[in-house]
Amino acid sequence: MKLLVAIILTALLAVVGGLYLPWWSIAIAAFISVLLIPIRSGKAFLAGFLGIFILWLFLAWWIDIKNQGVLSKKVAEIFHLGGSSFLIILVTALIGGLVGGVAAMSGSYLRNR
Amino acid sequence: MRFVSFVISAIITVLLVFALNKKWGSIPPLGKFLSPQHGFWQNAEAADADFDADLAFPTLKGKVNVYFDERLVPHVFADNNEDLYFVQGYLHARFRLFQMELQTMYAAGRLCEIFGNNPAILKVDRETRRSGMVWAAQNALKEFEADPVSKTVCDAYTAGVNAYIESLTEAQLPIEYKLLGYKPEKWSNLKIALFLKQMSRTLAGNVEDLELTNEKSFIPFSEFKILYPEVPDSLIPIVPAGTKFDASGIVPVRPSSADSLYFGRKDSINLAEVIKQDPDNGSNNWAVAGIKTKSGAPILCNDPHLDLTFPSIWYEMQLNSPDVNAYGATFPGSPNVIIGFNDNIAWGVTNAQRDVKDFYEIKFKDDSKKQYWFNNQWLNTQLRIDTLKIRGVHDIYDTVAYTIFGPVMFDKSFPDTLAKEKAIACRWTAHDASNEGLTFYKLNRAKAYDDYLEAIKTYACPGQNFVFASKSGDIAIWQQAKFPARWYGQGMMIMPGQDSSYIWQGFIPQNENPHAINPQQGFLVSANQRPADSAYPYFIPGNYINARAISISHQLQNMQQVTIDDMKRLQTDYFNVTAEDARPLLLKYIRQNELSAEAKKYLDIIRNWDLKASADSKGQTVYQLWWDSLAVEVWKDELMKVQPAVVVPNQQTLLEALLKDSAFKYVDNINTPQKETLFDDVTAAFAKASVELSKEEKEGKLEWAKHKSSRIYHLLRTNLMPFSEPIPVGGNGDIINATAVSHGPSWRMIVQLTESTDAYGVYPGGQSGNPGSKFYDDFVDTWMHGKYYSLWMMKRNETGDKRVKWTMNFSKN
Repeated sequence: MKLLVAIILTALLAVVGGLYLPWWSIAIAAFISVLLIPIRSGKAFLAGFLGIFILWLFLAWWIDIKNQGVLSKKVAEIFHLGGSSFLIILVTALIGGLVGGVAAMSGSYLRNR
Repeated sequence: MRFVSFVISAIITVLLVFALNKKWGSIPPLGKFLSPQHGFWQNAEAADADFDADLAFPTLKGKVNVYFDERLVPHVFADNNEDLYFVQGYLHARFRLFQMELQTMYAAGRLCEIFGNNPAILKVDRETRRSGMVWAAQNALKEFEADPVSKTVCDAYTAGVNAYIESLTEAQLPIEYKLLGYKPEKWSNLKIALFLKQMSRTLAGNVEDLELTNEKSFIPFSEFKILYPEVPDSLIPIVPAGTKFDASGIVPVRPSSADSLYFGRKDSINLAEVIKQDPDNGSNNWAVAGIKTKSGAPILCNDPHLDLTFPSIWYEMQLNSPDVNAYGATFPGSPNVIIGFNDNIAWGVTNAQRDVKDFYEIKFKDDSKKQYWFNNQWLNTQLRIDTLKIRGVHDIYDTVAYTIFGPVMFDKSFPDTLAKEKAIACRWTAHDASNEGLTFYKLNRAKAYDDYLEAIKTYACPGQNFVFASKSGDIAIWQQAKFPARWYGQGMMIMPGQDSSYIWQGFIPQNENPHAINPQQGFLVSANQRPADSAYPYFIPGNYINARAISISHQLQNMQQVTIDDMKRLQTDYFNVTAEDARPLLLKYIRQNELSAEAKKYLDIIRNWDLKASADSKGQTVYQLWWDSLAVEVWKDELMKVQPAVVVPNQQTLLEALLKDSAFKYVDNINTPQKETLFDDVTAAFAKASVELSKEEKEGKLEWAKHKSSRIYHLLRTNLMPFSEPIPVGGNGDIINATAVSHGPSWRMIVQLTESTDAYGVYPGGQSGNPGSKFYDDFVDTWMHGKYYSLWMMKRNETGDKRVKWTMNFSKN
């Protein structure tokens, strides 16, 4: 339950932060979420990772649908992903998730020190 | 212990963020770039994007309403001119910022600031600076800032561009900035001048003086008359043949030392400019008088041939204020409509191709470059120290000496191939102060012939053929620019620069520039051919292109009751007029009995060819490879033996030489003991072409469009292939539909000047420069299929028209 709350809080803080702050505010969002909701470091990584992964997956996917895949295909080609919109969305979510995960883990270590 | 874990994981987090926030080589900052709220996803424009906006800028004086139609063409209605040009600048930046900045950075020799430490790019930047581009732009800036009208227009335009740049958030940056990891800088009036100088470089920067100087070291100058004849036999000039010209107002005097110090000098020079322009840069335009049209009103047509790029060099607009209502193609980077029409007239341009750039060999006193020898004394140079900022590395300084001739472009320090003791200065009309923008400002407002003439009279560079037609029924054309008056041979090669005897003695008086008004034949054509026949009293060298003018003129000659549809067909015509004369010659001199079965098959293809360079034509491919191979066969032994490359005579010259005399002396291969005949050359050329053709056929590329593989590239060329698109169309540089590989008709326009203007146009691109927008490339199919859009000159009271899709309102607050 705590995990789920941490995931949702991470995503919420990240989306709000993203409106005003640079992209790396996702790290702050994940960090703060875990400070507010105490969970063990392993789970914290999962919370940070999933919070941002799901958020970025959803945002990218939503933008891509509205854009009818015009740009994602081209960018996927630039990244040698065979022009696949799906893969560039996945890579986007993975990179975001990774940053969220390590940031959340730091948060949990700080809290449980 | 936990604390240690915290520190370690915090460090990992920070390092990861840092790594993902940084550009690694050509890989963009990944975190920043992929973030859906900041990165490229923000450039993925929704298919149903809403362009409506209400914007307030305190610099505005009144209101401006912009109505976007279904093609995203803005129809701008302003209360006054300042606001009009402010909004033009704003919209150019809104839709085309990256190209505006890149082109002006290129013009300023600042590409290394974007692309970093790359020796090839540094060389381009250095040559740009050393050719005096920035100096030229500063000279132009002074001139147009001294004119109150131009200053007002440019200030307003610049303010508009900057208003957009200042409003940009990181998320809204064009995707190219995100990929390359940099930010736009402020726009300035200097950048407007730089943009125009870039056009001068593209259209009036290509000369062959250095190559010809090299060539003169092993071929006597007297041969140049054969290799590069001044007036081709087949010329159909812009000014109808037989026109009488007045005696020249200025008679340049040939220096007495010319034979020994200039024409007869034999020292070779291993030097070529780094930046070379596409030799196909050219254009078609023509005007048909009412007596030849079905409607009885004149029709004006224009299609400028430039690099076909994404985004296009053109942006379509209507500009309306109380004293102007103009529609047409605009240059993002510069105010006004450049090619278009208003409620009274239409105008278009093609390139004049004239040589307005010369080189002089000067003598420095010593390596300090502080003094040079001129008219028997040491004169001081002006040393200009250029600072080249290189992204990620330290700055580089380059000292350029300015002389009475202009900047010393090549010397000991640049490039590395030049013999150490030589120094070569560049004299170019683009260096001289002038105000080209004012010409377009006035053309946008011209009502009749006199206004048009008044508008173009001061236009200086790059030389253009301004075609004109009016509702009052006039058609006219002027080849306009500031052209040096040359004695025969002056400026074809590097000239001695130690005294004033080789300096330009003056300019051809403006009223003596080639022109024609309402000719008997009922039409006027310019397509980069020589403007006048040999009766014109000046020596006017240039990179003229002959074929298209012949093709257009022949067809217009035979047309009566001309309609818009006829003009659409003519602009997209594929007839190969050169091949019409060349094919019989080739077929006459081929020895068929020496050909393989496969080669005979190709011979049948060309024999049965309809002479059209259409997309599916195999005959055009056979012809082109055969002809190109013949040119190598004929010229290679004499001309290509010395590096760097010399100037290969153009196809018209070769064709006419062979038609006149099959025993043309260059046919013989001087490297063999026997004497080759035209039979030998034509047959050998065909054998070589057949090998190539066979290869192409195996790859399924025998059809012309497949062989040619035309493509519209993004401005960053092969670095961003996914942003480019193939365009499988026919045509070629010498065909009316002049689509070469990545070059061709960049804007097709047809305007019939009936009481209510009837205009059509299309360009291969789209109004948005954003690869993530559906408006990035939506005109390409229409253009490719030779179709047009009807151009809507919107009226102020048509705001409720169903073509209006979005509205942007600009006001003071």
